[in-house]
Amino acid sequence: MTSNPQAKGTSFGDRKILRNAIRDSFAKLDPRLMVRNPVMFVVEVGAVITLVVLVSNLVEHHGDFRFGLQITLWLWFTVLFANFAEAMAEGRGKAQAETLRKARAETEARKLHDDGTTELLPSSKLRAGDVVVVAACEFIPGDGEVIEGVASVDESAITGESAPVIRESGGDRSAVTGGTRVLSDEIKVRITSNPGETFLDRMISLVEGASRQKTPNEIALNILLAGLTIIFLLAVVTLQPFAIYSGAPQSIFALISLLVCLIPTTIGGLLSAIGIAGMDRLIQRNVIAMSGRAVEAAGDVDVLLLDKTGTITLGNREATAFHAAPGVTDADLASAAQLASFADETPEGRSIVVLAKEKYGLRGRELAPHNPIFIPFSAQTRMSGVDMDGREIRKGAPEAIKRYIAEKGQRVPEEVQEHVDRVAKSGGTPLLVAANFRVYGTIELTDIVKGGIRERFDHLRAMGIRTMMITGDNPLTAAAIARQAGVDDFLAEAKPEDKMALIRHEQAKGKLVAMTGDGTNDAPALAQADVGVAMNTGTQAAKEAGNMVDLDSNPTKLIEIVEIGKQLLITRGSLTTFSVANDVAKYFAIIPAMFAGTFPLLGLLNVMKLRTPESAILSAVIFNALIIIGLIPLALRGVRYRPLGAAALLRRNMFIYGLGGVVAPFLGIKLIDILVSWLRLA
Amino acid sequence: MTGNGWFQIFLFFCLVLALTRPLGNFLYRVYERKPTFLDRVLRPVERLIYRICGIDDTKEMDWKGYGFSMLLFSGVSLLLLYLIERTQQWLPWNPQKLPNLAPDLAWNTAVSFTTNTNWQSYVPESTMSYFTQMAGLAYHNFTSAAVGMALAIAVIRGVARKESKTIGNFWVDTTRSMLWILLPLCVILGLALVSQGVVQNLTPYTQANLVEPQTIEKQAADGTKSEDTVTTQVIAQGPVASQEAIKMLGTNGGGFFNANSAHPFENPTPVSNLLEMLMIFAIPSALTYTLGRMTGSAKHGWAVWSAMAGLFLTGVIVAYATESRGNPMLKGVNTTASETQAGGNMEGKEVRFGIANSALFTTVTTDASCGAVNNAHDSLTPIAGMVPLINIMLGEIVFGGVGSGLYGMIVFVILAVFIAGLMVGRTPEYLGKKIEAFDVKMAVLSILVSSLTILIFAAIAIVTKAGLAGISNPGPHGLSQILYAYTSSAGNNGSAFAGINANTLWYNSTLAVAMLLGRFFAVIPVLAIAGNLAAKKQVPESLGTFPVTGPLFTVLLISVIVIVGALTFFPSLSLGPILEHLLMNAGKAF
Repeated sequence: MTSNPQAKGTSFGDRKILRNAIRDSFAKLDPRLMVRNPVMFVVEVGAVITLVVLVSNLVEHHGDFRFGLQITLWLWFTVLFANFAEAMAEGRGKAQAETLRKARAETEARKLHDDGTTELLPSSKLRAGDVVVVAACEFIPGDGEVIEGVASVDESAITGESAPVIRESGGDRSAVTGGTRVLSDEIKVRITSNPGETFLDRMISLVEGASRQKTPNEIALNILLAGLTIIFLLAVVTLQPFAIYSGAPQSIFALISLLVCLIPTTIGGLLSAIGIAGMDRLIQRNVIAMSGRAVEAAGDVDVLLLDKTGTITLGNREATAFHAAPGVTDADLASAAQLASFADETPEGRSIVVLAKEKYGLRGRELAPHNPIFIPFSAQTRMSGVDMDGREIRKGAPEAIKRYIAEKGQRVPEEVQEHVDRVAKSGGTPLLVAANFRVYGTIELTDIVKGGIRERFDHLRAMGIRTMMITGDNPLTAAAIARQAGVDDFLAEAKPEDKMALIRHEQAKGKLVAMTGDGTNDAPALAQADVGVAMNTGTQAAKEAGNMVDLDSNPTKLIEIVEIGKQLLITRGSLTTFSVANDVAKYFAIIPAMFAGTFPLLGLLNVMKLRTPESAILSAVIFNALIIIGLIPLALRGVRYRPLGAAALLRRNMFIYGLGGVVAPFLGIKLIDILVSWLRLA
Repeated sequence: MTGNGWFQIFLFFCLVLALTRPLGNFLYRVYERKPTFLDRVLRPVERLIYRICGIDDTKEMDWKGYGFSMLLFSGVSLLLLYLIERTQQWLPWNPQKLPNLAPDLAWNTAVSFTTNTNWQSYVPESTMSYFTQMAGLAYHNFTSAAVGMALAIAVIRGVARKESKTIGNFWVDTTRSMLWILLPLCVILGLALVSQGVVQNLTPYTQANLVEPQTIEKQAADGTKSEDTVTTQVIAQGPVASQEAIKMLGTNGGGFFNANSAHPFENPTPVSNLLEMLMIFAIPSALTYTLGRMTGSAKHGWAVWSAMAGLFLTGVIVAYATESRGNPMLKGVNTTASETQAGGNMEGKEVRFGIANSALFTTVTTDASCGAVNNAHDSLTPIAGMVPLINIMLGEIVFGGVGSGLYGMIVFVILAVFIAGLMVGRTPEYLGKKIEAFDVKMAVLSILVSSLTILIFAAIAIVTKAGLAGISNPGPHGLSQILYAYTSSAGNNGSAFAGINANTLWYNSTLAVAMLLGRFFAVIPVLAIAGNLAAKKQVPESLGTFPVTGPLFTVLLISVIVIVGALTFFPSLSLGPILEHLLMNAGKAF
């Protein structure tokens, strides 16, 4: 992640982001933009009204100018602070977009015509369906699919990962992204997207927030905030007649101050920043969400479908034990196994060499004098091995070895067969080793469950999320690994259609399902899942079907995605609760201040013992403005997420943000009041 | 405050608690059409009604159909009552030869009884004939209650059902409310009230000779004074007991007499008083159990009940404590309770009920949208007077009106779930139903309607001549009177700070509008929520599910009710009762 340009984006120019954000906060004062946020729009209208009244008071020489001026200024600050929060959140995305834009710089493309001739033209002229040739050191001009050839590609512009990746025609590694660079070889690419619609374009607009649409939850929350705003607007508007009846008519400054303090400005001001920051947190983890809706859905997920390989287990199996046949010593078996594996470059093969080395001290063997002939693995024989010193050593799947020795009339001893069955049952993969058609014994290959995965599943369980392992293994093996990893359930011998059926089945029960996938045959399931995370290494079809793309292609990240989704929702809920709870204290600051002049007895409601009515109102308004600034870091960072059940989480957050929301402004307003009177501002 | 007083309040509370489960269970069986012991008698009657009215009781309605039927039924009933009131002098059972009502009063009263408010701008015994009382008002006491219960059940079905288009059949729910619940209970309870001395007759009013003739000093228009000796008194009569039972059980509250439940013919003894209070809370409290039963989460039902109980207890404790304290301006007067005197603020109270039973009755009748009174709310000390005011302002959801209390509470539950639900990191869910934009919009709308109605009308009344003409006291108490009138009508309560003279064109018409808005405009969005929730899938419960049970949820629900429901009114309350209280302590009365 350190080599990630996006991550760098947040640090390379904090000051620049800050400067831009301040500039944008003013630009966002445009009422046409403000009206999208009803709460802050009301504040802006209030600020305009106080400004007008202030000026007319000044002209007519009446009213308390100093007090009016301060209220007006702080009302403007309130609006600016909210704009600033949004601008800050956007700023980080913009910085990232800038880096990405550089990658999109206009490139030349060599378009291949049907007659085999090529034509040089700018990449912006390419259309979906065109075929281009890209050679080493050239940029790939657009998103596409490799239709011929293999090449190593530098995708660091997108993923931040400097190690090159292999892209080849056919299979699940055929997708290439525009703006990435071919390092070696030459490939033919069929372009799949028109200019302006490429992956990079989408990514840029996503991180910039240009195509940001309000998510369902955000819309619902906005309705609630608008409703509260209307209620409080009327509470304040109707207060004036009551005040007139009581012989204590209120100044426009006091009324607007009360209004602005009561409407939920804290959450209203931070709401969009929270949403943008949530997307941003995903991007920092190299996940691109195609919509905010997907991020939200991630928080709601009930079931995680996880592919066994690469997600729960390390991609590769490792040799963990040798089980010798009767009459063979373990050391002989290990030696034969090691010899058979020297030329085997697969991770499994290497792990056999290593195990023999560690367990039986078989190291530094000099093979050259023995004139070894290595037999590579072939799909036909499903065996590999070595011929040397007149010995034929082979290792392979039990069925393959059985067939191999059966040619010479040999059979697998019963005890070895027992080993094979036991290994399979315990979740491992057995390999047999034979030398000169005599079975030496069994090598046990085991799936290695990723470190710490069990704890993560425990966390998920505590959050009420069920994990389900999908594997092509037989049910016995699957059960063993499921037990070891601590998943709640598993689907063994799974075919792509089964995955789809499983998702439908869970969704019919009202559950939200998340999954990861990379292959083309994962695409339907990715599309069906509520949260479908496609691996960047996967096919174009998979990337199109999912609603998120993980640039690191790390399937375990699904868990983090869920946590980020939850964190986003928690942050929103907590700040809403905090904002609403704040109102109690503000009433106690402003109402006595409004009427203490006419009815000194109402001063008894002044529980904070604020110095003067002006100072009380001013302090409430200042608190209301500063709390927005104060909570920007929390809004951008998100409320710390804890893997707890809903009840525990609710209790905790109710205590911090609910009760805290009631208490904090009492302290804050009192403190500001002391400061205000000390500075003789009111 | 006396131990005896607290004990009586505690006893009442325990009786309500004890009634909740059995009655709630019975309601559940009635509406889910499970067998009950009354079926043998009532099923044939029910079938007959459906046959006569051409109702297909197997056909269910969606929320719009349900709402339309409800509006149609209420609208026709409303016009019927209006007609009766306007023609009563030509109709039978009018021994006092009472004239027809003026259009504005008739309209106000028709609206008032249709909306289960029972606001009375008139003196019943000198305005309404026996026929109007029985065929007009009592009819509405039954139907408005039955409609309220049907609505509550429809809303509960919305929460409980999954992937369903319909929420029940309005005609069936209303008929069953009437036949299985209201009628049988009223027969029994009416007789119980008669046993305590509540009258039930159709005789003309009685003339009685006063034991002690009274002399009244009169002042003529030209300033000359004269004396008048009164030797006889007219004692109003009527079919009271039958009306009294449904007045309480249906949380209607419209008295047969002007003095309402303070009148000895309506509420003669402490036993009848206890009975009447229990009748008010019985069905609203039981419906919480029905909610738990129908949604399959009995604990949720109890959590909602606990929130209601918590708010009720707070109110009654404040009211009883402040009323017992009495009026500090009566310096040098011993107002402590003793063997020989009730103590505290006895102004406007019946001696046979005393402070505790008056404070309790006041709290109960305003928590539920009943509005019957056994003491003058206008004479309560300011803070005790604020208790009924706040109770109604909360939206009549502390047990609340029959049915309307529960569906009003469900709106707050949805708001609470939405505000705090996000804090557990999921889209808020109410018993497995996701709360989305549409639900929030409707919930907000429902709450907005009553708050806005109260504030806007009160604000206009308090600065206009027509509005100010009605109040009887200046200063903050006058403000409270106006605020109370609109709060009571928008909340469909019907009680009043009796000093206000509301039988004017302005009040009759604006209060009628407030009552209509408070009932029908508030319930349509709730039905919409029910229809929307019913259609949703239900997410199965897991550890990640937002808990709508237990003390934590109860506290949350109360907080949301207080902050959203009551804080809106804090400014007006502080200029009304709070200011009045502070001024009273300083020795100034209004």
